[in-house]
Amino acid sequence: MNGHQTSKIPFSGNSSLPSRSAPIAAPKLWNGERIAGNAILAIWLCAAVFLIWWLVSVWDSDLMAKYTPKYLKGLKTTLVLVGWSLVLGAVLSILIAFLRMSKNKLLGGIGYGYVYFFRGTPLITQLFLIYYGLGSFREELESVGLWGFFRDAWNCALFAFTLNTAAYQAEILRGAIESVTKDQWEGAKSLGLSKWQTYRHIVIPQAAIVALRPYGNEIILMLKASAIVALVTVFDLMGETRRAFSRTFDFQTYIYAALLYLSIVEIVRNVVNFVERRLTRHLQR
Amino acid sequence: MEAFELLSFGDAGWGDEIASGVLVTVALSLLTLPIGLFVGLLVALAKQSSEKTLRVSADIYTTIFRGLPELLTIFIVYFGLQIAVRNTALMLGFKTGFEINSFVAGMIALALVFSSYASEVFTSAFKAIPKGQYEGAHALGLSRSRTMYKIIFPQLIKISLPGLGNLWMILLKDTALISAIGLADIMRQTRIAAGVTKEAFMFYGIACLLFLVLALLSSIVFSRIEAATKRSEAYGEVEK
Repeated sequence: MNGHQTSKIPFSGNSSLPSRSAPIAAPKLWNGERIAGNAILAIWLCAAVFLIWWLVSVWDSDLMAKYTPKYLKGLKTTLVLVGWSLVLGAVLSILIAFLRMSKNKLLGGIGYGYVYFFRGTPLITQLFLIYYGLGSFREELESVGLWGFFRDAWNCALFAFTLNTAAYQAEILRGAIESVTKDQWEGAKSLGLSKWQTYRHIVIPQAAIVALRPYGNEIILMLKASAIVALVTVFDLMGETRRAFSRTFDFQTYIYAALLYLSIVEIVRNVVNFVERRLTRHLQR
Repeated sequence: MEAFELLSFGDAGWGDEIASGVLVTVALSLLTLPIGLFVGLLVALAKQSSEKTLRVSADIYTTIFRGLPELLTIFIVYFGLQIAVRNTALMLGFKTGFEINSFVAGMIALALVFSSYASEVFTSAFKAIPKGQYEGAHALGLSRSRTMYKIIFPQLIKISLPGLGNLWMILLKDTALISAIGLADIMRQTRIAAGVTKEAFMFYGIACLLFLVLALLSSIVFSRIEAATKRSEAYGEVEK
């Protein structure tokens, strides 16, 4: 471009040639980054090849026949547990989010305390507190007829996960609702919309888009966190894996579990991405 | 009264055992943090690279360690390293009774998880730094490493601080999982105490309280650090 323009300068008797910009230096074929990148990629490739070779070399059709149905059953347990706790947690989170946003100091404090407790302590501690800890109140629970529920590890896990994810989802919900600016509310009011109508037609559609990605992350976090139920004798995917490993001492049991978990998480992640792209079509340029 | 006795220090109570568990939890988190931050920064730099192979390698890393459940990562590192070292030793022709320390295994596993999340935080912080900062540094004749060191990193730290604060809280809570491979942290010590005394609710309640206290202390420290970085901002405004 530059060279083209300079050549247009009319010849004015000056014998010197018109100046031209220097040619762009050709990119170096091999720089440090490229060498490092190729080396690391080669390491990943070797690791993948080694893993496949190793899995093939230790292939055991008896082991496979025995444990594949168990793994699938464990996977189903994981998905059912996570699915239910996410749904129940979503219902509970609405209540907590509104407590948290309440102008009443006591209600706001309760909401804040709930969220702080469940987000500030490890899920595994909460699970142990409920599963083992509630055993200390056996007589009281028996008298109200709840002991049958809390005696079962699966129920306790569902209960703990629901309470935990409700705290996280309440924060997502609150953040999303508060991200809708005040003028939206004022506009709705000037149009004579009721509070419920404003939520239904103005706030929730905008908040939902903001909340979409955090909700997707919460699904993935719960899927991963659910592995800890294996420590309270629930045989989810992780529990079946631990059982298989303790019986066979074969490390491939863990590798197959890892592959299963990775594929589920990747599927969920891609579905969430797809849904987000689809729902935000009107925002994309 | 009974609760005081159970929590007293010494032979009769569990206070000293639980206190040592707190120390282990804090030590593990504090030692994992710098490793995780360093690796995370390297991975984030790789993701920023113009070199495609480097970007792909970094993406593989984060996909794996963000996708695996933390507990599974811990087990894989713990048993995997043990088996790998034993088999390598056998191949070289000698036998070892090698057993990996659960503290070290936990540190490696948590650093893997922490660094892959931290790399995401750093990557979005990199994106928040305008291109003009690089161009300005180039115009001043700063070399690439000096640009990074003097211009980019100070801003990067400030932008990524809230995200890193969240990751620190997650790290603190994830240490509780290491008790599954036998590390004597808060979780394991309270679990033993609960098993022996049959006071499960009280001891797990104490574990929850201890984690809440740690979270509270961390948030105080973090707000101090954030205030310190904001202070430099205020000076900048004044000088303008």
